[in-house]
Amino acid sequence: MRWIANLAYRLRAVLAPEKMERDMDEEMAFHIEREAQKLVEQGITEAEAHRQARRNFGPAVRNREIAREAWGIGAVQDLRADARHTLRGLRRNPAFAAVTIFTLALGIGGTTAIFGVLNEVVLKPLPFHEPHRLVAVHHTMPGIGVDETPLSPALYLTFREHSRTLEDIGLWHRYSMTVTGLAQPEQVVVARVTAGLFPVLGVSPILGRNYTEEDVSPGSTYPILLSQGYWIRRFGADPSVVGRTIRIDGSERTIIGVMPGDLRLGTLSPDLYFPLVFAWVGVGNWSFPGVARLRPGVTVEQANADLDRMTVIATEDFDGIPLSTLREREFSSFVRPLKDDVVGGASTVLWIVFGTVGLVLLVACTNVANLFLVRAEVRQRDVALRSAIGASKWRLARQFITESVVIGILGGAAGILLAYGGNRLLLHMAPPNLPRLEQIGLNPTVLMFAVGMSLLAGLVFGTIPVLRYGNGALAESLKEGGRGAVSGRRWLRLRTLFVMAQVAMVLVLLVGSGLMIRTYQALRDVAPGFERPGEVLTFRVSVPSTDAPTSDDAARTHQRILEQVNQIPGVTSVGAAGSVAMDGWESWDDVEIDGFPPPPGETPVLRRFNWVTPGYFAALENPVLAGRSIEWVDVFERRPVALVTENFAREFWGNPAEAVGRRFRTGPEGGWYEIVGVVQDVYTAGVAEPAPTVIYWPLVVAELWGMNDYTTRDIRYAVRTSQQDPASILPQVREAVWSVNPNLPLAEILTLDEILANSMARTSFTLVMLGIAAAVALLLGVVGVYGVLSYLVAQRTREMGVRLALGATPADVRRMVVRQGGFMGTVGVAIGLVAAVGLTRLMSALLFGVGTVDLWTYATVAASLIGVVILASYVPARRAASVAPTEALRWE
Amino acid sequence: MGKHKPDMIKGTLDMLILKLLSLEAMHGWGISERIQQASDGELQVNQGSLYASLHRLTREGWIKSSWQATENNRRARYYALTRAGRKQLGIEAEHWGRLAMAVQRIMATA
Repeated sequence: MRWIANLAYRLRAVLAPEKMERDMDEEMAFHIEREAQKLVEQGITEAEAHRQARRNFGPAVRNREIAREAWGIGAVQDLRADARHTLRGLRRNPAFAAVTIFTLALGIGGTTAIFGVLNEVVLKPLPFHEPHRLVAVHHTMPGIGVDETPLSPALYLTFREHSRTLEDIGLWHRYSMTVTGLAQPEQVVVARVTAGLFPVLGVSPILGRNYTEEDVSPGSTYPILLSQGYWIRRFGADPSVVGRTIRIDGSERTIIGVMPGDLRLGTLSPDLYFPLVFAWVGVGNWSFPGVARLRPGVTVEQANADLDRMTVIATEDFDGIPLSTLREREFSSFVRPLKDDVVGGASTVLWIVFGTVGLVLLVACTNVANLFLVRAEVRQRDVALRSAIGASKWRLARQFITESVVIGILGGAAGILLAYGGNRLLLHMAPPNLPRLEQIGLNPTVLMFAVGMSLLAGLVFGTIPVLRYGNGALAESLKEGGRGAVSGRRWLRLRTLFVMAQVAMVLVLLVGSGLMIRTYQALRDVAPGFERPGEVLTFRVSVPSTDAPTSDDAARTHQRILEQVNQIPGVTSVGAAGSVAMDGWESWDDVEIDGFPPPPGETPVLRRFNWVTPGYFAALENPVLAGRSIEWVDVFERRPVALVTENFAREFWGNPAEAVGRRFRTGPEGGWYEIVGVVQDVYTAGVAEPAPTVIYWPLVVAELWGMNDYTTRDIRYAVRTSQQDPASILPQVREAVWSVNPNLPLAEILTLDEILANSMARTSFTLVMLGIAAAVALLLGVVGVYGVLSYLVAQRTREMGVRLALGATPADVRRMVVRQGGFMGTVGVAIGLVAAVGLTRLMSALLFGVGTVDLWTYATVAASLIGVVILASYVPARRAASVAPTEALRWE
Repeated sequence: MGKHKPDMIKGTLDMLILKLLSLEAMHGWGISERIQQASDGELQVNQGSLYASLHRLTREGWIKSSWQATENNRRARYYALTRAGRKQLGIEAEHWGRLAMAVQRIMATA
């Protein structure tokens, strides 16, 4: 245990050096005192004895130093001295300190902020038990152009029963329900789940119990699990909530437990959980996202092979689509890591943004490196002197590295502050589908990252002057009187290279943001299928069966709400639909068209289903191209009618008018529906995706999916106003809805513009990030060019003076300097163009309506960047030209 | 050049200090004085090295120090051997014995 005592001693020396010093001084004073006493006893006078005692003791300062070395903290003491020296130096040169620290802070702060997001969203494992064994289960039908659909009940049951690779599988389904009786009526986000889902994820209720198989089988009493958030919000985290009932969609349901707060299904964080009971089990109905846990040691490939095997079994065991059809559609199920599903496209965006700010950091570092080179140049004589009086090379190197590390740490500290602010900003701007954002902040991992970056930056810069003074350049510099003419050239060339690299990086960033701007423009240019979305307010209203028991009651309630809203001053038109624009509420199925009998073994293509009220197309200004729109009489008389989109009509009949009067049905035994109108396509999957083919139904359909009077009770209203801000009529709208039924909540209140913007959020997020990064980089780049040229001009003052004295005009000199800047800019731009062609390929997935090699963008960016560089060199050029020849020659 | 005094062999100062402190607790000046007296002035102690040695031995845990009054009622820092120090003294004394003998043998034959 002696080493502990040893360490304790050293720690004492580090932490309380004053006491150690005091003790040593007193001890040595006593020593001299005692020696003097001895000499006095030998008969020497007091004063002489003291003098002699001091001589006998030897050089006091040196002795103290020797003794101090025995404390074993030499390195710490040196470090302390170096740090003190550095801080003193920085105080003496605040401009250098401010510029380097601020530049580093920009770079480190930016990278840290983005790293924080990247870490939270992409890198961190999912908060489930053994998350690497969790997979999302999907289907794909490339034969009919469907990349990915969720699971169907029949396959789910087959996988559960026959799988050799999956431990278990759970399904869920997003849903929306109305809770009444707690406070105001409230529409809540519900996840309907199978009993196996939570065990698969490895989560259990924090209160109460999980679902059992009875809870999710026909005859279920539909008990409720609360989310922790909802439990706290509505029940004040009351532990006695288990066993109580809650009124949901008009029925009393018993609460059986509370799920933990961080539970998320995909990107969905539900308020409540509701049992998922299948009314119909067949091979169709692809509606339910599935999550499975792989058995230990099973790979994704093995699981996929297993799923292929089981697809065959499903078609044998269940009704629905025959195997041959599935083959034709190239139907297959596949799994992929659940995390890929949750993170999804966000990871591409975030890696690109991270790479971007990484480039900014590099630009910043190049600037700082240049500043360090200048400083090294300036202090050459000082360093040479210190070296001459005996400072070892190692000691000098350590001094430089301490200095740069101190700057790195200060820059890093400022950067962390910036990152903190940046994170707030990111939270505001992030696309709504970016998962797991709520925990973003400066956690230990992120701080470690920032500190690591600071230290690394510090070490790198510190080695620059060390290299600069390596291999005997020092003695030379003393001889040369500090001009370092020979070696100086080489270092100047290095700095020129730095600037060129910087210009190249700035160009890449500018091209990246240019391409994003073009993408954004292209997206905004797409006619989405509706007009002037800024005028339209939307919100969802769901009419539960307790308030309106029959289909007619439900339809009439919606009809009356529409009438009431229509009477509000400022409202020009109003309508409603199951899904408005790209709000994400989707329903798909296939239909059979009269006159186009499916060839044996082939079934029709999946179409998007939507349910609309009269007035809907008018409110969106989504033109009806042929025929007519839905009318209330269609609803109340259950007329078998529907509308389709233009692309649907063209697919079969070549033009919209031809489609009117044609018929289709939803299954081989079902009744026929007549197409009474054709409307313009709407980009419901986002304007970057092709517009899907849509069938618009009335709110009540006589027969659909085996149900009579299939009724759509939950619809989104679209209110077009003449108001600047459509949200300003919200109070009147609420009153209008509640005048019909005070129990109906208004949910998901958004303007149509916001829905559209949300669908483009990924693009605008990337655009803003890249834009900020490019702007910062450009600023730093300009500073870099300016700095190097200023230095160059200062170095060549005498040369300029001679030139002017020999008859060169100021314009000649100016041109010479600007040409130098232009040269650096042009070479940098050339390198940057080549790099941009390669690097922008990484972001091709984010682009729309523009290729990665877009001449217009490249040309504009290159030309303006060269222009900016020339502008930056103009100031030093003017200074060079204004040198008075006599003064320049007197210089030195 | 005057009378030549041999340099202290590296590391022997530590051993001498340990040896002296094994007899009684002493302060720095006392140790220095005793070494000179006992060696009839052959060994001159550099005072800087002396205190470096004392501090290093303290750090190693072989000696410990405490402030005490001298016979003249002055405050002085007295050093005393610890148990670990006594063991270390044994080790160093044995090393020294072997080294001295080896050197002596070579000097005798050559």
